[in-house]
Amino acid sequence: MIVQTLSETKAPVTEQPIFELIEVEQVFEVPKPGRSLFSRETVGLRALDGVRLNIRKGTSLAVVGESGSGKSTLLRVLLGLDRPTGGRALYRSKPILEGRATGVEFARDVAMVYQDARGSLDPRMTIGALIAEPLRHFKIVPRQDEAARVSQLLDRVGLPADAADRYPSGLSGGQVRRVAIARALASEPSVLVADEAVSGLDVSTQAQLLILLRSLQRDMGLTLIFITHDLGVASFLCEEIAIMYLGRIVETGPTDAVLDAPSHPYSAALRAAAPQFFEPLSEPLSGEIPSPLNLPAGCRFSTRCPKVQDNCRLKDPQLGKLGPRRAVACLHPLEQQ
Amino acid sequence: MSVQMTKGVAAAPIAATPSPSAKSRRSVFIRRPFFTAALLVAVAYVLAAIFAPHVAPFDPVKQDFNVMMKAPSVVHWMGTDSYGQDILSRVIFGARYALIIGIFSVMIGAVGGLVIGLAAGLSGGWAEWGLMRLIDAILALPSLILAVAFIAILGQGVDKVVIAVGLSMIGPFARTVRSDVMQVRVQLFIEAAQLMSISYLRVVVRHVLPNVIFPLAVQVTIRVSEAILVSSSLSFLGIGVTPPTPDWGLMISEGRDFVSFAPWMSAMPGFALALLLIALSIVGDGVREEFDPKLGKES
Repeated sequence: MIVQTLSETKAPVTEQPIFELIEVEQVFEVPKPGRSLFSRETVGLRALDGVRLNIRKGTSLAVVGESGSGKSTLLRVLLGLDRPTGGRALYRSKPILEGRATGVEFARDVAMVYQDARGSLDPRMTIGALIAEPLRHFKIVPRQDEAARVSQLLDRVGLPADAADRYPSGLSGGQVRRVAIARALASEPSVLVADEAVSGLDVSTQAQLLILLRSLQRDMGLTLIFITHDLGVASFLCEEIAIMYLGRIVETGPTDAVLDAPSHPYSAALRAAAPQFFEPLSEPLSGEIPSPLNLPAGCRFSTRCPKVQDNCRLKDPQLGKLGPRRAVACLHPLEQQ
Repeated sequence: MSVQMTKGVAAAPIAATPSPSAKSRRSVFIRRPFFTAALLVAVAYVLAAIFAPHVAPFDPVKQDFNVMMKAPSVVHWMGTDSYGQDILSRVIFGARYALIIGIFSVMIGAVGGLVIGLAAGLSGGWAEWGLMRLIDAILALPSLILAVAFIAILGQGVDKVVIAVGLSMIGPFARTVRSDVMQVRVQLFIEAAQLMSISYLRVVVRHVLPNVIFPLAVQVTIRVSEAILVSSSLSFLGIGVTPPTPDWGLMISEGRDFVSFAPWMSAMPGFALALLLIALSIVGDGVREEFDPKLGKES
């Protein structure tokens, strides 16, 4: 299954996408920088700016980007925690917020694994109680089968059954993430959203968790949306990739194709910045990511783009189709070798 | 390295040793000798209060003019007062009143503070503003002054003292509860619960309340001594419990006139009061240091 952009012609779709973002914008009103003490002036911060994204059932999508590129904002829109200020965010062709408001079905179907797994678990509840909470809330199993299901879930994520009596403070970072995953799986969701679910762990623990996530995705047919800044993780886990820069998706496509031959100069720069064995680090991108408070005129990447041309500073490229399964937001996409 | 994948992932073993918290709880009495001593003293007071009729050698309100103002002796260990009442018996029965007033008034304060603090911490907007101004108003006056004001309205008596002291303690409790609520409600696990579409009331009961109750319980142990002190002060001022109730504050007050030639009349209840307060403070501090997660130890 592929992530497809909404381009001029809609490809014949066999199934409705699970999530569909159409020109989603999220503008936060923030105090204007340097305003005087009594001034109430605000300025719009465009955290998301014209995001187009289709997520098909059963796919695994990595959302990649620097800090401040709008990944977390996108996630909050997808989960229905924030209302986008512009555009439409649809879940099974209904607005996400509507789906969230009309019952527990959306909450049951879309589960979340937080980056800060420890913080997402109530420190005064045992692991067993934490996993039983969604079971009970969504009435997944009858009361008497609860304990059995909890140990089944613990086993599924590779934790011993006696972990059920422990508290989150007694577990290591990797174990806590496993608990968070077990808790997310408890509601038997069809979509699993994970925000940097393996960052900050040592490499072997990361590998175990990635393998776990991949096997879960395959065995249970989950749709996986994985927020990360690690291209290696993205390529291991996800078939599809969406690269974000300053609140817009600048390139999407199959992970391997995009990483092998990036079309957007930013993707190419990200790819080159990833450390390689036996290779010196390539020259990093110059400068900082511009502030979303004043986006550059024209293409948002024009200030740092090594291949910038004159019209880049005038025209803002939209995400457009490039080849059968790929899309890029660039006026001068890199040539494919 | 190849990680073998079978049905379950290679189980990450959990350390087999019992969790460190269980271990430290067992040895707390050895690690904290002052805490242990203070706890023993406090328990002794509680036992004396419960079994007062069996422990006390005399009836606390029996007046005997033959033994007026006798210095401490073998018969009357702490001497007698100006009515010939046995001071030791009065001190023992006084522990009853002190503890009853201390515990029940703190309960009133804690429950009231919990309700107001929870409401203020969760509501936000004008409701929070109003509640906080109410709490500020209560806090503006020291609890003793406030208790005097409530006594003036309610009248005298043990039950009235309990209510007055309890009401005067709502302010500090409410403020700590509110700050805890504000800390808890922005935590990720609250958002995670809301993400599951768990209703707000349920989130409060299941996730906010347990995380607020515990620090509150620690506060309760610390503030019992404050409540006892305030109630004794009320009696000392002559507006708390009425004579001849064997109350320590009252006894100190009665002995004041005779302090130059019968110092034991004031000193003995004063000593009893001071010892209990010190013991309760040490116990409260110990409980807090041992169990408060904010001080760096896991709960």
